[in-house]
This record gives sequence, C-alpha cells and structure tokens, in this order.
Amino acid sequence: MYLLRRTWSEIRSEILILPSRSLVLVWAIGLLALPLVYSDAYVLRILTMTCLFAIFAASWDLLAGYTGQVNFGHALFFGAGAYGSALVSLKLGVSPWLTVWLGAAVAALFGYLSGFLCLRLRGSYLSLATLAFPLIGLGLLFAFPDFSGGELGVSGVQRLIVGATANYYVACVSMLVIVFGLWMIADSRFGIVLHAIRDDEVAARASGINTPRYKLAVFALSAAAAGFAGALFAHYLRVAGPSTLEVALSFQVVIWGIFGGVATIYGPVVAVFILYPLTEWLGSFKEFGELRLLIFAVIVLLVLLFMPRGLSPWVRDKIEAQCPRCKQRNGAWRKICRLCSAPLQAQVARAQRLVGHQ
Amino acid sequence: MLQDILVTGLVNGGVYALLAIGFSLIFGVARIVNIAHTAFYMLAAYCFYTLLTRGGLGFALAGVVAVVSVVALSLLCYRLVIEPVREHESAVLISTIALGLIFQELMLVAYGGHFLGVPSTIDGVVRLAGVSIPYQRLLILVVAAVMLAATWFFLYHTRTGLAIRATANDLEVANLMGMNVHRVAMVTVGFSVGLAAIAGVVATPVTSVHPHMWLDPLVIMLAIVVLGGLGSLKGSVIGALIIAYVEAITVFTLPEGAHLKGVAALGIMVAVLLARPEGLFGVAFEEER
Repeated sequence: MYLLRRTWSEIRSEILILPSRSLVLVWAIGLLALPLVYSDAYVLRILTMTCLFAIFAASWDLLAGYTGQVNFGHALFFGAGAYGSALVSLKLGVSPWLTVWLGAAVAALFGYLSGFLCLRLRGSYLSLATLAFPLIGLGLLFAFPDFSGGELGVSGVQRLIVGATANYYVACVSMLVIVFGLWMIADSRFGIVLHAIRDDEVAARASGINTPRYKLAVFALSAAAAGFAGALFAHYLRVAGPSTLEVALSFQVVIWGIFGGVATIYGPVVAVFILYPLTEWLGSFKEFGELRLLIFAVIVLLVLLFMPRGLSPWVRDKIEAQCPRCKQRNGAWRKICRLCSAPLQAQVARAQRLVGHQ
Repeated sequence: MLQDILVTGLVNGGVYALLAIGFSLIFGVARIVNIAHTAFYMLAAYCFYTLLTRGGLGFALAGVVAVVSVVALSLLCYRLVIEPVREHESAVLISTIALGLIFQELMLVAYGGHFLGVPSTIDGVVRLAGVSIPYQRLLILVVAAVMLAATWFFLYHTRTGLAIRATANDLEVANLMGMNVHRVAMVTVGFSVGLAAIAGVVATPVTSVHPHMWLDPLVIMLAIVVLGGLGSLKGSVIGALIIAYVEAITVFTLPEGAHLKGVAALGIMVAVLLARPEGLFGVAFEEER
C-alpha cells in the first residue's frame, strides 16, 4: 500500500506535472494496451514495423543529434544487424533469440570500425564519407552472391515468435526499453559529454575529456541499437535483403530524425510514429499508391518550412515554458516556476530557449 | 584494354567533373550540401528526352531548352524551399533530400519506372590509336572540356566570378564589402545546376534515362568532392579523374568488376580521408566558434 502511494506520488510529481511527459505516458500505455482492444493483423503489422524503425531513428539521434556526428550511412548498422543475425541463425541453426543479440554485437563492431575511420573527420566530410560505408557493403554483397544471396538476400529466416500480437509485443517492448534506455543515457553525465563534443570538441578536449574514446563508444552504442532493430526486422520479415543497406534507408532515417527534431531522442520516435503509418496508409489507397513517397516528401518539406527546428521542439514550446531562472520546464499554463517559483511570464530570450535540451 | 580504360576514364571523368564542380561551388558559396544536385541532372535528361523524342525538336534546340528550363526550376526551388530555412542547416539538408525524392517520384509517375533510351546525337566512330571511339563519347569529352574552361574563365576573369570566390572565402566580409550575397548565392546555384544539366544532356545518349538514375552519380559525386576537398575546384576535377579511372580499371580488369566499381571508388575515398581528413586539396579545418 505504501509502495502504491509512493508510486502514485512519484507519477504525479514527475510525470503528470509536465504535459509532454504525460503525453509520453499515455502513448506508452496506449501502445501496450492496443492489441487488447483492437487486433487487426494489418494494423499490428504496420505498428510492429513502426516500432522497429523507431529504435533505428532514435539510435541515429544519439549519434547525430547529441554527438554531432551526422551519419549519412546509418543503414550500415541496420543491415549489419539484419545480415549478421539472419546468416548465423540460418547457417548454424542457432535460435533467433540468441542471434538478435549477436546481430547487435556485429553492428556494434561495424559501428566501432566506422567510428574509428571517422575519428579525424568533421561536419560535412563525416556525413559524406559515412554515406559511402553501406554502399561499400552493398557492393561486396552483390560481388559474393553465394554467401549473401545477392539481390534476393538471405531468405527463409526463422521467426522469433509466431503470431501477429506476439511479434507486436516483442517489437513494442524492445522499442520502449531501448528508447527509454537511450533517453536515460542521453540525459546522464555521458550525454552531457556528448553535448560538449558536438558544441565544441576542442574545448571538450581541453577540459580533459578523452573525446575519441567517447566518440567510439557512442558509435558502437548507437550501432548496437540500430543493429538490434535490424536483427528484429530480419526475423520479423523472415528475410535480410539488400534493401536494408540502401541509400534510401539512410536518407529515410535522416529525414525522420530532423523532421522530429534532433538531440531529443523522442523527436525521431515521434516522427517515425507519424510518418511511417501515414505513408503506409496512403499506400493502401489505389490512387495514392504510386504517389506515396511524393506525398511523404511534400509533407516533410511543408512542415519544415513552418517548423525548421523539427516537429517535437515546436510542439513542446507551445505546451511548455522554460523557467528563466532555473531552466526547468513547466506547463505553459503556470504563472510561477514549479521548482524555484520565479515568475514565468518574463519574456525568455530566444537564444536562451534554444539552450535547454532536456 | 588499356585504350578502353583510358577513354572510358576520361569520358566519365568529364561528366563527373561537371557534377562535382557545381556541387563544390554551391557548398563553398552557400554552405548547402545539395543532395538534389544530381536530381537536376536527371531532370535535364528527362527534359531532353521528352523534347527530342516526343517534341520533335533538334538536338541543339532540345539541349538548350532543357538546360534553361532546369536552371529556372532550380532557382525557383532555391527561392521557395531553401531560402526560407537557410539559417537551419539540418532543415536545408533534408529539404534538398526531399526535393530529390520529389523529382524522382514525379518522374516515376509521369514516365513510369522503365529505362528510356535517347538516340545518339551524332553517329559513327573515330579510330584512334587502334581503339574505336564513338563520336558521342568524343562529344561528351569536348563539351566537358569547354564547360570546364568556361567555368574557369567565369570564376577567375569576371567580376561575378570574383564575387563568388570572395563569398566562398568569407561570407560576412564579402557582405560587408558591399556584395549582395543573396544574389551571389542565386547566381551560383543557377550556374552550378546549369553545369549539372549540361552533363545530363550530353551524357544521356550513352546511359539510359530512369527515375533512379540520380542516385549512383550522387554517391560518386559526393565521393569525388570529399576526396578532392570540399569547396576546392582543382580538387573536384582531379578527384573526378581519379575516381573515374579507378572505376574504369576495376570494370575492365576484375571479374565481378561491375559490382565492385563502386566499392573500389568509395574505398579510394576512404583511404584518402584516412591519410588526409580534409581531402587532397581541401583547406585544413579551422576551428569554428
């Protein structure tokens, strides 16, 4: 009873007090409860894919948004996870419950390697060089079709679990756990170091931070999360094909990340949950089927013209205000700050508002 | 085989150089990573194809109309889409990605996904040192050389060119010296896309026209620009030749060459970046604060 009351008070003071956190709570509970009330196989299938891509987009944000290593080849890690897990489970007959972890490990290895290659690169050089990595992988796959299946990919991969609802729960729970984990990491001391590396690497180094080690760690971490998503993806679709390494997927994740708002972790997740079901839904109409990618691109373009910092920061600025004194976030309806009771009405300079990321 | 490698490398190098210089210029002057650059190359190819086979125009007229209309379109896109979000680097980036996707899908809807062929501008071959070179490839080579010379003249011997180089060097100081940096950026975008469009028009007869034809040159162009050093024109030309020759050598000597040519080209780029992170002719990074 005490624990219950304690939990309730924690929830009330930490989550319900901020509209954005309450929204996240409602969304998480809604996702978990959805199959109980509505279990249409098609909807569950789309949501399963959405969850997998949400992991992928959030992992990109840790690398690109927080650390400033804007990776244009994030599909490499997705593909490494998919192919690694699929090949091991198919050729050696290992249970997919073990190989998804192996896929994540393979991806982390690739992440470490590409991070190592990129250590001395900055800004646009890094973006454009990383674009090459998945394409090198793709060319090698096509050159050795006996091993990789060439254009067709590795098919006939074992499923993790049978049944639409079960698969949905696997994807959904891993998404919630991984995204929350990434958010915790980004919010921790480690995350602050990542912010510092993005904003001014020389200053970070001068403050005694071993920036190469942090960059390698974040490359491996982000790649591991992406690879896990890729492995789940391969076992869900029962095929690991070359489409997991294509430029289109790398660009897709950049679009999701920036559309949702970088350096937030939840931003890209929001973007995936809006854009992916939207494109699938549009694709289900006959007359829109061919126009689906076109409509997708036009929507992205229009939204960006009005919200150049991305969707979720824009929404959050509407429903919440930042305390000018202690930089804590407050519901937009409050007159005084909930922690330091400074008046919130004082105009906050725009530059200051841009500083706060939490 | 040696002659084949020499000719193919030179011809592809010419086309790549036209694309890479334009990209480099836009990046240098406006700091835009223009992913849609090769999409304009694709649009020019489609425009040329339509005017030639469906509109019945002559080669020269169709080419000129295609280039002019693509340049006009690029200026319109720049005005409507890029300029409103100029301060937000990431927004500019995905705006150009979205533009590329939009053009690709529009062409897919309008022409379908099949490969379309354009007849050669001039038929016949010339025999040179034991290797037969089609006139078409010779034409590509000549056009590329002329355009490179024109670019060099434009940048180094006209007032506008001086303004472009000054803006690329230091935007704020150029602005303080009374240059209209917005107009300079517009001119640069128009000129660069013009180069890409010309490349598209002359290269279509030897390749085929399809909605995804912009992706392969895009990757190669980015590799060239990074290899040569972002914003360096000399680097772009030399990088284009290096990459084109690496591709040609891979295709003609290795068994699975057609699949591995991209791998070889990108591998060279990665190797160069490992040795010189700023590319062959790039300026070493300055700390921006």
